[in-house]
Amino acid sequence: MTPRVVVTGMGWITPLGHDLETVWAKLVNGESGVKPIDRFDASTFPTPYAAQVRDYDYRQYVTDPKVHEHAAMNTQFGLGAARQAWDQSCLGSYGELDLRRVGIYIGAGEGVLDFDAYAKVAMKSWDPDKAAVDAPEWARQAAVTMSRWGEIGQEPNMPMSHIAREFGIRGPAYNCLTACAASTQAIGEAVDILRRGDADVMISGGTHTMIHVLGVTGFIRLTALSRQEGDCTKASRPFDRGRGGFVMGEGAGMVILETLEHARKRGATPLAEISGYGSSADAFRITDMHPQGLGPAAAISEALNQAGLDPHALGPDGRPLVHYISAHGTGTKENDSVETLAIKKVFGENAPKIPISSIKSMMGHLIAAAGAVELIACVLAIRNSTLPPTVNLDLPDPELDLDYIPNNARHAEIEVCLSDSFGFGGQNDTLVIQKLV
Amino acid sequence: MQRRVVITGLGPITGFGVGIAPLWEAMVEGRSAIRRIEQFDPDGFECRIAAELRPDDFDVRKVVPRNHRKATKVMCRDTALAVGGAAAALADAGLNGADGDAAEPVIEPGRMGCHIGAGLICAEVNELCAALWTSRDDNGDVDLQHWGHTGMTNLTPLWLLKYLPNMLACHVTIIHDCRGPSNTITCCEASSGLSIGESMRVIQRDAADACLSGGAESKVNLMSMLRQTAAGRLAPTPADQDPATVVRPFDPDATGTVTGEGGGIIVVEAAEIAERRGAEVYAEITGMAATQSFCPDTVGLDLDPAGVEIADAMLLAMKQAGVGPDDIDAVVPLGSSIPSVDRAEAAAIKRVLGGRSAQVPLITTIPNTGNCNAGAGTVAVAVAANAIKTQTLPARLNTGPVEGLDAAACPSRPAELNHVLVSQTSQGGQNVAMVLQREGIE
Repeated sequence: MTPRVVVTGMGWITPLGHDLETVWAKLVNGESGVKPIDRFDASTFPTPYAAQVRDYDYRQYVTDPKVHEHAAMNTQFGLGAARQAWDQSCLGSYGELDLRRVGIYIGAGEGVLDFDAYAKVAMKSWDPDKAAVDAPEWARQAAVTMSRWGEIGQEPNMPMSHIAREFGIRGPAYNCLTACAASTQAIGEAVDILRRGDADVMISGGTHTMIHVLGVTGFIRLTALSRQEGDCTKASRPFDRGRGGFVMGEGAGMVILETLEHARKRGATPLAEISGYGSSADAFRITDMHPQGLGPAAAISEALNQAGLDPHALGPDGRPLVHYISAHGTGTKENDSVETLAIKKVFGENAPKIPISSIKSMMGHLIAAAGAVELIACVLAIRNSTLPPTVNLDLPDPELDLDYIPNNARHAEIEVCLSDSFGFGGQNDTLVIQKLV
Repeated sequence: MQRRVVITGLGPITGFGVGIAPLWEAMVEGRSAIRRIEQFDPDGFECRIAAELRPDDFDVRKVVPRNHRKATKVMCRDTALAVGGAAAALADAGLNGADGDAAEPVIEPGRMGCHIGAGLICAEVNELCAALWTSRDDNGDVDLQHWGHTGMTNLTPLWLLKYLPNMLACHVTIIHDCRGPSNTITCCEASSGLSIGESMRVIQRDAADACLSGGAESKVNLMSMLRQTAAGRLAPTPADQDPATVVRPFDPDATGTVTGEGGGIIVVEAAEIAERRGAEVYAEITGMAATQSFCPDTVGLDLDPAGVEIADAMLLAMKQAGVGPDDIDAVVPLGSSIPSVDRAEAAAIKRVLGGRSAQVPLITTIPNTGNCNAGAGTVAVAVAANAIKTQTLPARLNTGPVEGLDAAACPSRPAELNHVLVSQTSQGGQNVAMVLQREGIE
């Protein structure tokens, strides 16, 4: 029989705060973490706002800050989230823990390029006549201008190496980077590693920041970001008729996953079970999702199938078997329409009966880390019998006719949640999160 | 009973060209593709050599279907390499290739997965600098306020998409209509091995019947050369030294690695599907394991010289494959020629093979193809698989006698190869090991 996999610890560093309870309270209150960008001068950018992590110091979360002195910002976020999850799981006090059986599978983004140094080197070595940099001059300028550790720290596997070092992990170690789907995919594959018996415990989740000059520039050029003027807390409006793009967020979400057997053996408290995982590729276009949402629908169907849930059935309480969908819900025209279609395609007549929301309306889009924080929100929704709202949903879009939990949190008994993440480029991932019964 | 997983197609892409044929020929003849860098003037760097894929040997526009030709403009070099490798691998496997008319699709699109490892992809310096130049102020610095309202419009709208690591898999899945599970693993030199291993797991759990799997990277560009130099990975190249002799894996006098462009794709397939369609099998993957090394410096530039976790990965893979140290006929390590990595790998090989370590031949690839980083493991697996199929050990270059290891330079020779152990270890301390087994043996 396939081993069951449970969550025994969770942690996050987000634009709404740095601990589970504070952030959850703000989500339930519908508070926004979006403010004008103050990390660089974005005043003339078409989108001058984002949801930044503020007042965060990773040093309080690590045993010896010297060991992590070169940690890039994404690594710093990841260390804080992983520490919270590790502490909640009480693994640190489990004397029989075999660190060779503890693995890590995260979806971390790349580190932040030092834009100022990069630009300085570029300007000093540019040859306008050749419309190219003078390569030897570029190399000489770069060697004296760019920071050695800043450059090394940008490798996407660096957050994982730091977290592995902090907790002494020696088991299977992976980082995946499938854009906005990365941490959902990481958690799904970590579940598979546990089911196969290749580890007893996995740290999983994601961490990312793209709130830097070139990150914001890149998404603006793709016309993916909201350009709404006025009150920037209103700019992220998933499923609203006036939605015009996403708002960037940043941060980390980490969970401790283990087999139910391992959790029970050491007397840990399982917070929820991850019972299904589906993954697919659109194989359609580089820039667009498949207009009928075939890829997302395939991922959702596979996740339900793995969890043994019939999307068309009703439970004894008259509700569909899935009680809540944490949407990818970015707030772009395309995503929210296609995601709605995919949900309808899978659930048919049951689709309007399932409450759906997007916490990106409040904390922005954490890119590679988005799926991990959304999974944590699902577990908290189950625990607290409360569904976080989609804020700024003021003008319903006539084509989007499902229940998106507009603006106000809702009380409901929740046993089964679905969490969707769809990446730029067409990689789709869905997880089923269940109350442990 | 668990599904068996086999390798049915090889599509390495290296400085020797596209496909297994040019790579294998060079490996057997003992040639190196490492030369002075031609893509830019490398004189500003201590290391001025690399194994580059030359334009005559590869043009991505020629390997994509007509309707994807425009999309080659938004492919970075790494993506183009993966796309080239995928076409070669599918053709080698006798599966539907890029032109779509080679054969009826044997594998349903939804049952075709794709796992391609990628590196930290750098924006092309000239493209970005040309745009930044338009926003320079009187002091010659970039004026962010100008950049925000005007300058950034000089970047093509799809600029960011060109450099996302998952674009390798995205282009490949679109071109070949692979709609099954797709992932992008980014663990430096372990990326390819971990991706191939994940394909194996996905097939075993019945989420796909076959996968395009591997990895590709080119660090032959200014930013990546800078980063590799900062990380102390590259061998300095004295003017009077023949570039082909610089990489000397496990040699006590090794001075560092040399980068190479490439990697590629292999077709990993459920054995029963391969058998049903009468595909030729290179080898079966009978074991795969991954571990994390303890890194004294946290970031894994220096590895623990004892190599304990590298050995753990090998031992776990061997246990899964049901083989012991006496069954291993050859080992393909990373063999980067970076002294601290060589030391840890050598210790791990000795730990695993015990008294046999000096008798089991190592197969080294980096002296020939350079270190293809995220693509390195694909080159290693392709060479291992073809060695098994041809029952031939390729030649080894450059390395002098090494205490306790069969690693010194030698010509190619026939050999009985039933089990080959492939092991890769990354900057960052991630390790992956695989056992490849010859078809038809028990």
